[in-house]
Amino acid sequence: MCDDPPFEPGKQIEDLYQTESRRIFATLVRLVRDFDHAEEAMHEAFAAALEQWSESGIPQNPVSWLVSTGRFKAIDIIRRRKLFAEKQTEVIARIEAIDESNTVQSQREIADDTLRLIFTCCHPAIDPTIQVPLTLREVCGMTTEEIASAFLTKPATMAQRIVRGKAKIRDANIPYIIPQLSDLPERLDAVLSVIYLVFNEGYSASAGETLTRTDLSNEAIRLARQLFELLPDPEVAGLLALMLLHESRRKARQTLTGDIILLEDQDRTLWNRDLITEGNQLVEQSLSSGRFGIYTIQAAISAVHANAETSAETDWTQIVALYDVLLRANSSPVIELNRAVAIAMRDGAEAGLKIIDTILNRGELNSYYLAHSARGELLRRLHQFSKAKDAFALALSLAKQETDRRFLTRKLQELEKTS
Amino acid sequence: MKYMLLIYGAEETWTEEERKECMIESMGICDELEAEGKWIASSPLHSVTTATSVRLREGKRQITDGPFAETTEQLGGYYIIDVENLDEAIAIASRLPPAKKGTVEIRPLFPLPELAEKN
Repeated sequence: MCDDPPFEPGKQIEDLYQTESRRIFATLVRLVRDFDHAEEAMHEAFAAALEQWSESGIPQNPVSWLVSTGRFKAIDIIRRRKLFAEKQTEVIARIEAIDESNTVQSQREIADDTLRLIFTCCHPAIDPTIQVPLTLREVCGMTTEEIASAFLTKPATMAQRIVRGKAKIRDANIPYIIPQLSDLPERLDAVLSVIYLVFNEGYSASAGETLTRTDLSNEAIRLARQLFELLPDPEVAGLLALMLLHESRRKARQTLTGDIILLEDQDRTLWNRDLITEGNQLVEQSLSSGRFGIYTIQAAISAVHANAETSAETDWTQIVALYDVLLRANSSPVIELNRAVAIAMRDGAEAGLKIIDTILNRGELNSYYLAHSARGELLRRLHQFSKAKDAFALALSLAKQETDRRFLTRKLQELEKTS
Repeated sequence: MKYMLLIYGAEETWTEEERKECMIESMGICDELEAEGKWIASSPLHSVTTATSVRLREGKRQITDGPFAETTEQLGGYYIIDVENLDEAIAIASRLPPAKKGTVEIRPLFPLPELAEKN
């Protein structure tokens, strides 16, 4: 037990790669100002470590050794390229001019580099369909193949998007900076929406047969945690809480055969209590700041559900109140629909149905299957079975995802039996 | 880093009064940019009805009136600025009065020395 662990630089370097490589990459991007050169330099630095550390031992500060080695490797790479001869001297001079002690200034600086990387990949000048894979590739270190398989697309398509994103950053000169305070809300919104997109893609696929792709959801939560550590903003807390609370129900939300189980029918003993506790704490923390936004309010709604022992004990009055706040912050027909469902739970199906019909009469959400599915459910509760059937049939004709279609078909079959 | 800001807008959405105000405001911004060493060139353009297109096809020159594109937004002016990065170009573009009605497209200028060395 007291023996030192055997000296295994290979294993330790592998661990370092797992935990630190993206941060080292982020710092190298700042120093080299080119994603591709930084990536290559980082890999060469790790290769050099593998070679040198088995002889000389692991340096006292391995991360700073890797960054500093990466910097020199970048100079080599630029020399080897021999592209842009004139610019090359200038670039090398700049990288060389960076004082050694300046390379890794502090833990804070390294953390800031990660933030710079996140904000750059999620820059609003980059197309949202590119922001997502670019962030997963550059910030999370997922491979192009992993990203493509998670999004059910071809690796070539994803590779193309990532290349386009990097070219845009380089050619349009998107700065590698943390936005100024005045721009921060707008820029943070873009980052949060990328993270939430990644989560939702993992939580409920927009098309195809599987309902969950856990990897993406976990990656989104990891990214939000990292962001929250670096930038403890109430809305970051809100988004993290929202995802944790959704995630807490993962085991309870579908049958073994992959069918959807509605919130009210879920076995609440399957909910992950640790995630709920953490989500609750974050919601409270964010609400008490008084500077929260739409993610926090949605998380608060999710928390009300999470904290009800049984479906019957759900505090619908509070949920309706939270939807009112949400609607004021972000008016949208989908939120109105959700509020209508909550009203139906608080005041009865008829009250909810009236609101849904008003939304549909405005011509909004007509092709949104959940509007018709919710309408069908309320009609069923009012024993208007024939109208309910029509609503569910319309919903079925609009639903794209296999699991949703199975759910609606089941509802229709049940109604067949009742009437 | 040099950027070109291309001003697109629907010509008929501007009243004479608004057009004049827009010019005065734009000129003010140009003076400011010039004082900071960020202004290179800028100009409004005459209406697209005055446009002429030239094409060379199989050695033959074709001259046509127009183009009269189907789109409602037309190129109405341009700026060339020299600033630090895209964020600064975006900040300037969003101050330009036509941004309120039309679109300001930001395009980085391709630096010529690099082009020469690539060949």
